[in-house]
Amino acid sequence: MYIRRPIEPFLWLLFSAGGVMAALFIPATLFLFGVAFPLGWLTPPPYDRLLAIVGYPLTRVLLFGLCSLSLFHGAHRFRYTLYDGLQIKHLNEVINSICYGGAVVGTLVAAYLLWIVP
Amino acid sequence: MTEHSAYTPYHPRWHRTRVSTYWWLGRGSYFLFILRELSSLAVAWFVIDLLVLVSAIAKGDAAYQQFLDWSGHPFVLALNIVSFAFVTLHAVTWFNLAPQAMVVKVAGKRVPGALIAGSNYAALAVVSLVILALLLTRW
Repeated sequence: MYIRRPIEPFLWLLFSAGGVMAALFIPATLFLFGVAFPLGWLTPPPYDRLLAIVGYPLTRVLLFGLCSLSLFHGAHRFRYTLYDGLQIKHLNEVINSICYGGAVVGTLVAAYLLWIVP
Repeated sequence: MTEHSAYTPYHPRWHRTRVSTYWWLGRGSYFLFILRELSSLAVAWFVIDLLVLVSAIAKGDAAYQQFLDWSGHPFVLALNIVSFAFVTLHAVTWFNLAPQAMVVKVAGKRVPGALIAGSNYAALAVVSLVILALLLTRW
């Protein structure tokens, strides 16, 4: 039976939006916290300063958008990687639930954590 | 769509040559394509890492110092370095594809692709500088 999926265009929209957010915001952030700070190349910001930045309302909204959209972007792309790369289309439902389910869970966790930051 | 052709049991089967599961190892551009697609895992890992940081910030200074120590753990550091390479690959391929994805017309004329890609890179530079300034300057 042919199943119509009117949600598919919306998922592609999330994919594009997340792709832009990820491409713009992740490189610098990941370079600092993932590479430069641990290797001692640069000094990490003191706690108070970081708290002030993350606690600022606009930053919370931006970080939430970055987390959620990036997760949906990643979920969508990884789903197609499994389709094309490993050719496991028969596991359709399982893959979809794991990918998009993970993105939904991550979105909720992000909302909660950004909410409780003082 | 061929994958929906199962609606009748008497539908003729297409002849398709079997494609190897490892088809993407055959050519450099295919391999690069799969690497680009795998950047999705690096993006997902970054979000986890970021949420661990946000959780530490919510808990207090001691938890933040713990996060910094944890980031220096060889395994986490290696994962972050590899992820950074993948995320850079994502950013570069994403911006280079932007001219194909969006057709911008000004006064009825199509804006050249190099200009669209260029403005994307300019946006990346501005955002990166703001992040660096926020996290590195002290005042």
